[in-house]
Amino acid sequence: MAHQFKLAKLEKDSQEMRMAYSNTVLELMDEYENVVALDADLMSCIGIGCVAKVHPERMINCGIQEANMMGVAAGLSSVGKVPYVHTFAPFASRRAFDQVFLAIGYSKQNVRIVGSDPGVTAAYNGGTHMPFEDCGLMRLVPEMTVIDPCDCAQMKNIVRQTATLKGNFYIRMLRKNPMKVYEEGSTFEIGKAVQLRDGKDVTIIAQSTLLVPEALKAADALAEKGITARVLDMFTLKPIDKDAIIAAANETGAIVTAENHNVINGLASAVSEVIVENCPVPMGKVGVMDRFGQVGDQNFLQKEYELTAERIIDECLKTIKRKA
Amino acid sequence: MDNQLRKELDCFAAEIRLEALKEFMTLGFGHIGGSMSVVELLAVLYGKVMNIDPKNPKWADRDFLVCSKGHAGPAVYATLALKGYFPMDMLKTLNANGTHLPSHCDMNQTVGVDMTTGSLGQGVSTAMGIATGNKIDKRDNYTYLVVGDGELNEGQCWEGFMYAAHQKLDHLICFIDDNKKQLDGYTADINNPQCFVQKMSSFGFHAQKCDGADVGAIYEAIENAKQVKGKPSAIVLDTIKGQGVKFVEDTMANHSIKFGKAEMEAAEKAVVELETKIAALKA
Repeated sequence: MAHQFKLAKLEKDSQEMRMAYSNTVLELMDEYENVVALDADLMSCIGIGCVAKVHPERMINCGIQEANMMGVAAGLSSVGKVPYVHTFAPFASRRAFDQVFLAIGYSKQNVRIVGSDPGVTAAYNGGTHMPFEDCGLMRLVPEMTVIDPCDCAQMKNIVRQTATLKGNFYIRMLRKNPMKVYEEGSTFEIGKAVQLRDGKDVTIIAQSTLLVPEALKAADALAEKGITARVLDMFTLKPIDKDAIIAAANETGAIVTAENHNVINGLASAVSEVIVENCPVPMGKVGVMDRFGQVGDQNFLQKEYELTAERIIDECLKTIKRKA
Repeated sequence: MDNQLRKELDCFAAEIRLEALKEFMTLGFGHIGGSMSVVELLAVLYGKVMNIDPKNPKWADRDFLVCSKGHAGPAVYATLALKGYFPMDMLKTLNANGTHLPSHCDMNQTVGVDMTTGSLGQGVSTAMGIATGNKIDKRDNYTYLVVGDGELNEGQCWEGFMYAAHQKLDHLICFIDDNKKQLDGYTADINNPQCFVQKMSSFGFHAQKCDGADVGAIYEAIENAKQVKGKPSAIVLDTIKGQGVKFVEDTMANHSIKFGKAEMEAAEKAVVELETKIAALKA
């Protein structure tokens, strides 16, 4: 089941990612009796009222109690339900980590955890709400699949697939309108990177609604300088696509990662683990350099934490220079 | 409760207590205090109340038990073995390397265990999930939740209780094993819980208190709880940590005991007493 996708024109999507998610959950509830949704007093933030209206008995608002919600989801899973659990990403991960680890992970349940507004997209909610570590925490839960979709089309397809897959998933998601990367109806194989551009000088391995579009812009700018960059959308952080990383290292000789997350235990760590073991080549990283979050608009925060195409270009140039 | 049933359940309780005690004697240490205090409850649940089929442990319409105080696993294992979920011989493997009987309950290790527990407080929430799922499916089965009095230090329990009342989980019955001690001493000295009946009532539960060493009282409390519609039930069991094994009851630090020479001698005496009691009840 290889990816079947068409690239879209890189422009702001008219649909919000939260509605892409919520409408897909509604469709799944229509199709599958065992799908349930849980929220922790953020139903209106995620737009899942559509589900509550049609399937009130299967939309459970737990209130502001993330730890209990994760346990309730685990219990629901143990009697055959497929729970989609949403809260803001920091509360889904660092706040309820032990519940996710034990009640969901260790107990080998079948839960989908959706964490919204990852990284700097938490914007005006500021440092308390700004998760730069959610993927890292989830990556440490054995057998947990960790996914950071880059746009609505990818989000919809992945959420749809998880209705019938077994195991636990963590999916992080921007609430607002992302850039369009793929055409509607594109399908993706979880665990496989998507090659968005081919090139021979360097590979940019990118992740998330913020950094995949920035990586594409960076690749275009590099092309004008006569440098060709392969661009991979590594939407599955775990299990990571080792084959794609090894091929990129062997064929382009340099790798730069780009993520809306702490470079510690996120994409940079996951990619470097593969490279060091299999195919040592120069590697650079773009991401949050082990800092806490702060309040601000997204443009300011993207510049402040250097999550930009310009930064990716610089890192590519530096990394290419380090090639033997 | 008629005398015949009382006799049967007293006998089952003594058998559970005996087999659990033997588990600890084989292993040489373990969470004996909190295992013993839930023995009468387990005897009533598995001996009379619960609708289960040991030959079909995953039967969807069964009643569920979530022993949130997961360290009472050895008592749960003795009960399950006596009910025929797995061979009695397996009880000798408590905590052995590669065992299917870990010190804390694990649904993926032990046939008949309905939920993985051990990190205190978490079983409360998972029990709520089971009860919610069965309610969505319009099943008539019950979810029985066992929490420790010390465990109720954990805030997650109270999140769960608030949720249960709001969701009107009237097929959820929560037992509080009020044995008055936690690892470091008396609950009243560590984080005084005040009155559980008042607390649970104020959280929207139908709350009762009963003698947790009296199978008849426990049975009646459950029957009462089943009459309640529209709200979850709590039954506060007045118990003793180490209940029914005199030398454990008399040991102050009895959360977990190491069986040295003196303890082993006392335990052997307790074994004989329990065997005599069982023989008398069966006569």
